[in-house]
Amino acid sequence: MSAAGFAHYYPYGVAGAIVLLGVIGIAISRDLVHAVVCLSVCQSGTYVFLLAVGYQYGGLAPIFGATVHRSTPVVDPVVQALSLTDIVVSAAVTSMLLALVIQIAKRRRTVDPDELRSLEG
Amino acid sequence: MIHRVRMIMLVVGVLGTAVVFGAAVAGMPGFGGDQHPYRDLAVAAAFQRATANVVSSINFDQRALDTFGEETILVASVAGVAALLRPVRSERRRRVRPGVPVLESTRLLTVIFFPITVLVGIDVVAHGAITPGGGFQGGVVLATGLHLLYVGGRYRLLERMRPVRFFEITEGAGLVIFIAIGLAGLALTGELFRNVIPYGDLGQLVSSGTVVLLSCAVGMAVVSSVVVLLAGFLDQALALVEVPDADHSDDEAAR
Repeated sequence: MSAAGFAHYYPYGVAGAIVLLGVIGIAISRDLVHAVVCLSVCQSGTYVFLLAVGYQYGGLAPIFGATVHRSTPVVDPVVQALSLTDIVVSAAVTSMLLALVIQIAKRRRTVDPDELRSLEG
Repeated sequence: MIHRVRMIMLVVGVLGTAVVFGAAVAGMPGFGGDQHPYRDLAVAAAFQRATANVVSSINFDQRALDTFGEETILVASVAGVAALLRPVRSERRRRVRPGVPVLESTRLLTVIFFPITVLVGIDVVAHGAITPGGGFQGGVVLATGLHLLYVGGRYRLLERMRPVRFFEITEGAGLVIFIAIGLAGLALTGELFRNVIPYGDLGQLVSSGTVVLLSCAVGMAVVSSVVVLLAGFLDQALALVEVPDADHSDDEAAR
């Protein structure tokens, strides 16, 4: 792949790498809080991906004003709105999971997933 | 043994995902190109509705129903957290002792930044239609400003400034106002979330029709959600203590 071709796809690769690193973190996690944070890392990969999809070289922020007019090239606001949705959902999921971890810690006195394998009757 | 199986599964899964993802990316338009058909449509629509912040126009006008769903997810998750974090049988509530040692410099910075952060939060919510920001971002800034009091060691003051009962009501009210504005559009034009208020002039504080109102409704719901969420978690850390009983006395001693 040529250098220009590499630059064309590098940001997508970064986004994919962040998601996969998060998945690896969840899989090897020894602590549920750590696993929840790894899930947040996964979701951060999707923000990077969305923003990379919407980027345009030389594009300005999509806010009309003194420098941005109707025909000025701007970066894609649709994916920015989608990543905002993404962040809100991520915050909601993280808070729910952390609350579950607190409950697990109270009931089982451990947050190590390997020690939680047996189901409680 | 099960650990090794899991690692093998992980490697296979990660490599497989990487291959499929790479193949998908190879078929995508290159990074930074100028082909953005949705961008062109969204910018034209935002301009036509005199909304300077195109992202807000998308969130609160063009895709307002999606934002309603998103806000509902947030409120539902707060309800879930509140249900999960209620005191269990062996816990009781205690008064949080004031006078936690906090550095003088932290206290000073809190005093300075508390009003500034709250003001910035209100500004970000109110100007969501014309400058970067909006209900979600401003709501989080506002709630953060309130919780600076906790950072400064003033937990009792924070408790007085955020009556949780009140914020539980405003959280629901934010959601109700949001859907009410959507239903007003339905009643007046037959389209849910139709922007029924005159658009005004681009860049003015009162412009963009319902975007400002929806942004404020979301700001109200988000600030309340974050306050109720953090109140639940802070309660767990500070106000709830387990009553030692026979089964757990060793654990209690160890803690």
